[in-house]
Order: sequence, then structure tokens, then C-alpha cells
Amino acid sequence: MSSENGKRLLETDAGGLNFEATELTLGLPGEPRVTSDGGAKLGSKRGFSETVDLKLGDNNREVKLGHSLQEAAKSPVSKTQVVGWPPVRGFAKRGKKSCKYVKVAVDGAPYLRKVDLEIYNSYQQLLTSLEDMFSCFTIRNYLNEKKIEQVNGIEYMPTYEDKDGDWMLVGDVPWQMFVESCKRLRLMKSSEAVGLGLTTGPKYSSTN
Amino acid sequence: MQKEMAYSFPDEVLKHVFSFIQSDKDRNAVSLVCKSWYEIERWCRRKVFIGNCYAVSPRMVIRRFPEVRSIELKGKPHFADFNLVPDGWGGYVLQWIAEMAGAYPWLGEIRLKRMVVTDESLELIAKSFKNFKVLVLFSCEGFSTDGLAAIAASCKNLRELDLRESEVDDLSGHWLAQFPETCTSLVSLNISCLGSDEVSFSALERLVDRCPNLRSLQLNRAVTLDKIANILRRAPQLVDFGTGNYAAELQPDVFSNLAGAFSSCKELKSLSGFWDVVPAYLPALYSICPRLTSLNLSYATIQSPDLIKLVSHCPRLQRLLVLDYVEDSGLEELASSCKDLQELRVFPSDPFGVEPNVSLTEQGLVAVSLGCPKLQSVLYFCRRMSNAALVTIAQNCPNLTRFRLCIIEPKTPDYLTLEPLDAGFGAIVEHCKDLRRLSLSGLLTDHVFEYIGTYGKKLEMLSVAFAGDSDLGLHHVLSGCESLRKLEIRDCPFGDKALLANAAKLETMRSLWMSSCAVSFGACKLLGQKMPKLNVEVIDETEPPDSRPESYPVDKLYIYRSVAGPRFDMPPFVWSMDEAVKILH
Repeated sequence: MSSENGKRLLETDAGGLNFEATELTLGLPGEPRVTSDGGAKLGSKRGFSETVDLKLGDNNREVKLGHSLQEAAKSPVSKTQVVGWPPVRGFAKRGKKSCKYVKVAVDGAPYLRKVDLEIYNSYQQLLTSLEDMFSCFTIRNYLNEKKIEQVNGIEYMPTYEDKDGDWMLVGDVPWQMFVESCKRLRLMKSSEAVGLGLTTGPKYSSTN
Repeated sequence: MQKEMAYSFPDEVLKHVFSFIQSDKDRNAVSLVCKSWYEIERWCRRKVFIGNCYAVSPRMVIRRFPEVRSIELKGKPHFADFNLVPDGWGGYVLQWIAEMAGAYPWLGEIRLKRMVVTDESLELIAKSFKNFKVLVLFSCEGFSTDGLAAIAASCKNLRELDLRESEVDDLSGHWLAQFPETCTSLVSLNISCLGSDEVSFSALERLVDRCPNLRSLQLNRAVTLDKIANILRRAPQLVDFGTGNYAAELQPDVFSNLAGAFSSCKELKSLSGFWDVVPAYLPALYSICPRLTSLNLSYATIQSPDLIKLVSHCPRLQRLLVLDYVEDSGLEELASSCKDLQELRVFPSDPFGVEPNVSLTEQGLVAVSLGCPKLQSVLYFCRRMSNAALVTIAQNCPNLTRFRLCIIEPKTPDYLTLEPLDAGFGAIVEHCKDLRRLSLSGLLTDHVFEYIGTYGKKLEMLSVAFAGDSDLGLHHVLSGCESLRKLEIRDCPFGDKALLANAAKLETMRSLWMSSCAVSFGACKLLGQKMPKLNVEVIDETEPPDSRPESYPVDKLYIYRSVAGPRFDMPPFVWSMDEAVKILH
């Protein structure tokens, strides 16, 4: 089939559907998104063009990362990953000594994800990856004490349940210790976490 | 009178004739000849394959085929393997088991892929089917060792228990001990997916001991190298064996024990497992290497020189799965030693690394294409490719049926010319006339899809990522690929036009997945409205799609044909575009 024929077919009433009559416009992603209250929504789901132009590990990802995370992302050992790419199944199980899958729950979201803590080398990488997965908000980063650009007016705090069943703030202990003791993660709404008296221990730098 | 009698066979004769017809396609053809053949055929169909568990309801299957003994079901879309389908999406088997428990008391075989299987489902299987023989759970999840214990305890004549690549919650290693002493029927046992504490080794040994027909055994990672010899000596009749951990300090007596145990297995043709390999123990395999036809080293972190040595001992190899540690040099050795090679899969050892960590390029694959004339199936991860290489591969291997290439960095061009890889993939589809499965990667324009639509007449499954320029690309595929059954697309600029213009095509396919593309919510609604035989499902984990303008693109879209109507088990983040459902939503 030549491309000329192809083009013509697109304009005819193929398959009984006259899509021109539907007055559907092709809303391309990347156009400014307007919420019902008229405000522009930043950091909402990544449109196609953003994905394609994503230079992984670059500083161009201004929409989603707060400044502090952006700085940390400047020289990652491994790339910040696009979800599901490259298409390797259970990669962590290949060629690695162990894999450490933990469930990640997000307050207000009806679904869980699983992450393999073994594939990250630092808190920054983990938090960036979580932001990718739950792309409608940003995560408050205790490591640098800076407030990140808030989205939706909701801030989340990353917490985890350790081996003893206690809920701790992510970032309190050295990375390796965290990987070993973390049983699962929960991204808690900051408003709810305030009254919980989660302890924050000595701070560790993002080079851990 | 005589003429009429010559043309009417008694039903018994037809039934007997039909019993020789095994393939689904042929059975379906038989059932269309006339009403009486339809009736006779449906009563004697014993095996049903359902490629999408939501395409039909259990009740409908039972109503048409009342005497089924073997069923195979597939649930989640393929991209679930790569974390693109959120947990809770669906694919639950319980309702199927529940309805079949009543209707098929003689059901003997259940094979499931990408389905959610709970302990409750397993317990129901264990108590409902007295003649249960085969349970295959391929890439399933949702169950624990408690469910396995129920199966082991109740299924007196179990022949196959295969849990490959499933996720199992480990609660206790004692489930294996639930196989009664009277169970001697096992032929195949695959527990390779189980975690550390999930297997009682002594129970396993006793089980292997009393099952003289055991042909296929895949151990899990927790089983140490020193235990392999014990197992093999109890099962020298094995044809297919998966080791656990293949690491230990090199000790001469352990080595010679292991080598002796392997050499006593005269039927062994297929090996897998090999977690954590100590290369010094690889020569223990040399005695059986000449007979090996299949070798799965996809977990083995062994470097090229050791791989070369091993592979050079395996002249009969037909199937090799390996990490990219094999490098171009290892593949060149493969090409010269293994002339019977039919299938090659090369996985990335460091898929998320920025720089290449091994010397594996397109050259390795070109070498194999040149040296292995019987090559049919390729899955290859690499970091660079050229059109020239793809053209060479296509010309060397016109018999390819499956070609999946993953260039790790999205949109990577031909590294020599910096052009898109359209011509290279075009050559693949043009020369490989029997190509059934294709996965694309690298920099690709709409042209590649024009080639695919023109030449890919036997193509049944196509996977596309980060490719194309416009709707024309999708249109070429949907309008040209006559045999297309499954299409999965992510991060491509394909929108409403091609989809709507080819809506009828979707009813001839099993399913279409599109994520991070440019299909609008409005188009999804229209499709759902106009095509009642399609289930159009929008997946959005952040908010309802109708909270935004209709022109907004949906995040994920899964369309599949179904005679069962919209499903009832959708989680909150899946929206059906079916008219009737929308009213109730």
C-alpha cells in the first residue's frame, strides 16, 4: 500500500466511522493543561513530548524535580529510569546477589507498586524513581531540608517500616542500612505525618 | 436412498475422526461445517485455549464445551512484565475455577499465564478436581506456599507442577512435605521462582526418590551446589534440569562427585538455573555438553572466556539464553560451534547503566546470523545497531519467525550513518517472510511502519516503543498487517485518526495496548460507543479521565475484543468506555 493510498484512507469514512463529524480535535500532549479551576497544573502526568525529549540524567527535567533533587541528579551513577524501559523482566534477579522488593503505598492512591531497593545507590535515586512512578506530586526531601515546589497543594513524606515494625522517616540512616531494614514504604501526606512524632535522627548527606 | 446413506456417518464415527484433530484452528473449522458437526465437535472438545481471560466468560465456555479436560488462560497484557500495568488491574482466576469446579469435575489440566491466583483458588482446585494432573502457573502472582501445600496434599496423581517466573509469598518451606508418600506420579516440577526459605530439601529429595518418571526438575536458588549430586543420583533419567546456586569453594571431591553425577544422566538435554556461578565448576558439565540442546545461562554472571569454553563443548545446542557477558567474541564462537542453533536470547547485565559495560555490539548478532543457518528466534539487547547489520542479518536468516531487538537507549540512530533504522527493520520484514513476532527499537520514522504494513503479512505480534512520527505509522500497521493479533505500543505519537479509521480491524485482533501515546479520551469514548464487541479500557492512576477536556490524551489504553461485554472486576483506576457501564459508573 503506498503512502498516498494510506493518506486517502484516513480521510474517508472508513469502517463506518466518520471521525471528522465527531469534531474531535487531536489534543497533543505538551499543550498547557488547564484544570477546572483554571489554574495550570504542573507536574501532572507526563505528556508524550516530555517523555521523548527526556534526556535522562539531565538538568532539563524542571517540571517535576524540585531544585534539590535536580542538583543531586546531575551526576548519577546509573540513569534515572523511564518506567518499564529497557523491557527487562525481573532484572534485579539476573546477575545480582539478591533483590529486595518492597511494596510502596501512597496515601490516597488505590494501588501499590513494588520497587527493588537493590537497583538504587542512594536516597536521591530512590526518591526520583518514586516521583516518576507516582507522577502527580513531589516528595518532600528531608535530606536537604529544602521545601520542594508543591503540586496540588499536597506534600508527601516518604516513610518506611523497618524490621522491628517501626515507622521511620526515609533518610535517617545510612543508605545500606536502610536497604537492609526496610520492609515497605509509605508515602504519607505531610499533614497526617505531623502528629505522628516520627523521629529524625542525624542527617546524612546525599552522597550516601 | 443408497446415496443418502453413504453421506451420513453415525455420530460415533465422526466423534472418533474428530478425536484425531487436536489443533484449535482445525477444531474451529470443523465446527463451522454444519450444525450437526458443530454439535458433535463441541461435545468432544477436551482442550480449550483462551488467550484473553476477559474475551469470554466462564459460563459461555462451559455452555459450549461441556466436557473439557484441559484449559489454558492468559490474563494481563504483556507489558505487565515491565511494570506498566498497575497492581490490582485484574486477571483473577478465582471465578473461572469456581465455575469449572461445578461444571468440569474431570478437569485435569490448568495452565495460566499472567494471572492473579490466590490461595483460595489453589485450595478450590485441590478439592474440586479428583483427576487433577497438570498445574502450570507462568508469571502468576497472588498465592503463597499455603496454596501450594493444598495442591501437594490433595492431588494424588499430580504429574506437573510448574511455577516458572511466578511470585510466591513464602510462609513456610514445608509445603513440599505435603506430597503424600503415595504420590509417585510427578513428571515435571519447576520451583525455580521460590525464595530462600521456601523449600525443605529433605522433602524434595524423598519426593524425587519416589518419582521414577520425573523428567524435568528446576530447583530454586537456595539449593546449593553440593546438593546437586544428591538429586541427580536419585534422578538419572532427567531430561531437563535447573540447578540452584552454582557456587562453592573449589574442592576436588565435590567437583568429582558433581561431574560423576552429571555424567550418569544419559538423557539430560536441557540445563538452566546457574545463579552465582563459580567458573571452576563449569567443567563438571563437560560430559553432558555434547548432548545439550538447550542452555539457559540468563542468570549466570560468567565472563566471556568461560562462556566460550562452555559453548565450544556443545555442538548440538539449539537454544541459548545468556547475559551480554558473552560479548561479540563469545557469539563468534557460538556461530562456529553450534550449527544447529535455532534460538538465541542475549540479556543485558547492566540495563540501566549509562556506559556499556561489556563489548557486545551488533557484530555478535551478525556473526551468529552468518554461522547459524537454522536461526529462527532472536531476542537481543545491545547498545548500538546499524542498517547494514540488520540487512545482513535479514539476508542471512530468511527463516526468522521471531525477531526482537532492544537497543537500550530509546531513539538511537544507525551508529554509522546517524540515520533512522527504518531500512534495516524493513529488510527484516521483507526477507523474513514467515516472521510472526517483531519488536522494534532505535530511531524509527513512519517509514518503518510502511515496510511492516507492506511486508509483514504473517506478523502476529508487534511491539513498538519511542518510534514513528504520526498517525500514518499506526495506520500502515493496522491496515497492512493481515495476521496481526497483538499490538503493543508505548511512547509513540499515534493518536485518534489511525485508530478510528481502523476501528474494524481491532475486532480481528486479540488486543491493542497503547500507553503514553496521543489518543484522546474523546476518541476512546467514541470507540467504546461504536464498537460494542470491543472492550475499551482507559487506565489512569491519577484522576478520572472525564475530569479533563475530551481532547486530552489518555495515559494508558487497552482495547480487546470480547463476547462477554465489559468486565465487572475493574479497579478504580480502570475506566470502561462501554456505554452501559458509563451510566452506572
